[in-house]
Amino acid sequence: MRRRWSWLCCATWTTILFLYLPIGVLILFSFNASRLSASWQGFTFDWYRLLANDRSLITAALNSCFIAVVSTGLALCLGVSGVLGLEGLRARQQDVIDSAIMLPLVIPEVMMGVALMLFFVTIRMPLTLATVIIGHVVFNVPLVMVIVRSRLKKLDRRLTEAARDLGASRWQVFRRVTEPLLRPAIVGAGLIAFTVSLDDFIVTFFVAGPGATTLPLKVYSMIKAGITPEINALSTMVVVASMSLVGLSLLLQRKFV
Amino acid sequence: MPGWSNTHHPRWLLLPALLWMGLLFVVPLFIVLAVSFATRGTYGGIIWHFTLSNYIDLIHPLYGRILGQSLFFATMTTILCLLIGFPFAYYIARAPRRQQSVWLMLVLVPFWTNFLVRTYAWMLILRTEGLVNTFLLNWGVIDQPVQLLYTPFAVLLGLVYGYLPFMILPLYVACERLDPMLIDAASDLYASRVAVFRRVILPLAKPGVIAGSILVFIPTVGAFITPDLLGGARTMMIGNLIQHEYLVVRDWPLGSAVSFVLIGVVIILLTTYATGGRHLRLEEVTK
Repeated sequence: MRRRWSWLCCATWTTILFLYLPIGVLILFSFNASRLSASWQGFTFDWYRLLANDRSLITAALNSCFIAVVSTGLALCLGVSGVLGLEGLRARQQDVIDSAIMLPLVIPEVMMGVALMLFFVTIRMPLTLATVIIGHVVFNVPLVMVIVRSRLKKLDRRLTEAARDLGASRWQVFRRVTEPLLRPAIVGAGLIAFTVSLDDFIVTFFVAGPGATTLPLKVYSMIKAGITPEINALSTMVVVASMSLVGLSLLLQRKFV
Repeated sequence: MPGWSNTHHPRWLLLPALLWMGLLFVVPLFIVLAVSFATRGTYGGIIWHFTLSNYIDLIHPLYGRILGQSLFFATMTTILCLLIGFPFAYYIARAPRRQQSVWLMLVLVPFWTNFLVRTYAWMLILRTEGLVNTFLLNWGVIDQPVQLLYTPFAVLLGLVYGYLPFMILPLYVACERLDPMLIDAASDLYASRVAVFRRVILPLAKPGVIAGSILVFIPTVGAFITPDLLGGARTMMIGNLIQHEYLVVRDWPLGSAVSFVLIGVVIILLTTYATGGRHLRLEEVTK
């Protein structure tokens, strides 16, 4: 019995190593003084300094943040309201919508990208930051709904019933009972949606107009132009930002469950 | 029960989300379908003239090869993810409660972290001047750098790396539900370890295996970033072909036809899954 556990334990740690090794290598290399080779030539902040002087990067970062904030806000409104409305449907109808809402999350992203692009072309809407925001809301609404709904299902129905019996209006029930109870899930979903939007490359790639460069688009075009230490530094910042946001979101969701 | 429905929030609250998704997710997919039967304009663009030629063009062996390659990569990735993910998921499902959430965090953090950048990190490891080659050269294992990047091997590695969490999460949910007493009972009744695995653990974890396989297979078959960054010119997958037709060649009707072949693969898989009887609900998996 002990031997099997130790074998499994080894496999588990190897898998964790596999998941984190590339991220570690990336972070390490972003401080490597060597421009070309992988051998360690001393510690440096030079690559980060170079990034700070790149104005186009700052524009891209601002674009990314703007898109993420707006699309997360919209997705939260639509998603939370959707989840509340869904509760009132019959069980079978809920099942159907539950499965349908998963579809955007499982289909290959390229599909969503081309479909949205063709849609915008068909309705003659020029590709700008607005189209990117709309696209991001499309994949963030299901995400928010899934996360918030799993929390809503665990809530004690009697609490809202009690509030109604005591004469609270529906809006009061939401403000004073449902929303406070859902808050960890709403904040968690918001952070995840924000991160996914900040990180999204494929959908953005298809629906971004010429002036709407985001950070991932910038990283991609830099990679395509050739590997440089500046990319390592930029990537490190992107990875650290998204890992902290995700970590925070997961902690929030777990803490209150 | 009088007043029962009163405790619910009104149903129309669902409407905005449904309209949004209907207009911007469902309608665009139908536009892709429509465009796949249209004709290409001289300078790109679409001429609304019905034709089947886009689909007939797809019979060309080149496209067949790309489709075959995508299916091959997706199958291999799914199998490898299963082999790596199962011991992992089983181990963490058997760990004490508090540890379980730590392990899950460790899987979920990279899962939500920038995919493009994580894939790029493999370029640093695999390229000719990369970590692996430098290491092997310094240790005298090889005297010429080995070509690792831009090979099918690199694509497979990147895909397994990228989509492994999709496999681990449903497997974990399935293993976590498994009653350990059943395993003890089987061992007490003299089942060998292999028999315990084959006749107790595997059948009970099957819903997780199916859910995980589908969650890995679908995004991998349409992968774009991984083959684009890690694969060479010869390792093109459907995702790259779609991007190529849309953005490089600007043959939207042909690109749409390719997209619909991909949607077809996805739909077939999902319906098999939905009609497959007992299964894990997807939303339980992505909590």
